[in-house]
Amino acid sequence: MHELGIAQQVIELAAERSDGARISRIVLEVGRLSAVLPDALRFCFDAASEGTPAAGAELQIIEVPGVARCRQCGGRVELERPYGRCACGGDDLEWVSGEELRIKELEVT
Amino acid sequence: MCATCGCGGEPQKHEHDHGEHHHHRDHDHHHHHHRVVRVEEDVLAKNSRIAERTRGWLAARRVLALNLVSSPGAGKTSLLERTVRESGLPAAVIEGDQATERDAERIRAAGVRAVQVNTGTGCHLDAEMVARALEELDPEPGSVVFIENVGNLVCPALFDLGEQAKVLVASTTEGDDKPLKYPHMFRAARLVLLNKVDLLAHVRFDPARFLACAREVNRRVPVLQVSAEDGEGLAAWYGWLRDLHP
Repeated sequence: MHELGIAQQVIELAAERSDGARISRIVLEVGRLSAVLPDALRFCFDAASEGTPAAGAELQIIEVPGVARCRQCGGRVELERPYGRCACGGDDLEWVSGEELRIKELEVT
Repeated sequence: MCATCGCGGEPQKHEHDHGEHHHHRDHDHHHHHHRVVRVEEDVLAKNSRIAERTRGWLAARRVLALNLVSSPGAGKTSLLERTVRESGLPAAVIEGDQATERDAERIRAAGVRAVQVNTGTGCHLDAEMVARALEELDPEPGSVVFIENVGNLVCPALFDLGEQAKVLVASTTEGDDKPLKYPHMFRAARLVLLNKVDLLAHVRFDPARFLACAREVNRRVPVLQVSAEDGEGLAAWYGWLRDLHP
């Protein structure tokens, strides 16, 4: 359940950036290949944010699809899991997106 | 009148902060000004910064640090007991567990220094815990520090500890399709040790299938078959350590 640790990091970083103001919304990018489950993260966030400036804040999660480039043919490969193959059979993939775990912005009041 | 909010407060009686976020001292009506703060920062940035600092600290002392990960019961501690006795490399160990000093005591009994880190309810070590443990351990220049992570193939994959490489210990009493079930960790591993090969005659485990699954996730990862029980294959593991040792 590393989502709890992740949620705590989100809250800590958001509180740092909000300068003590109450946080009403956190916009977070979570990649499909990041090993973080959005639902579990939301659940942990609600529990972990109690008593912090982020209590009651909306956690808006933007899911980023997993995309790779095949080093063999240059083709684009969509990844649902952190491994896969290109249609050409190539398995040497360069990940382009999907590993994100970033706070994009906050809304404070 | 206040130019920011249009209220009738005396200018000297209230404060303005960043032009729009402000507090009034003399009256209690509330303004709900929403302000957007751009952040654009990785959630794990703090952990990564500490890990990078640790990496520099280790490099300055020519210390090789390895992060050993596995499911519970794969045999990390047994493997380390033998490794610190037989590899001939100067070593020290950081033991991560949710509770007890048992593993650190086993390592000390094998003849090297060990620091135990208890994570409590935490399911993984993080960079800060390891940085503190390294200070306490104060490893000799030119030595190898084995960091035995909490037995868990999920969470430790996300947390950089400042190590040079992750070594994944799997065992023949687990499923041979494990790499496909825990792809993040197998992808992050620089070396896979398949432990308990002395039991191959007694368990339903196909090493060739395990190797194929591991390569599906991490196409070039070396897989060494070992037994911490009878010592089979350990010479190759010690050789790998010596090659990486500065």
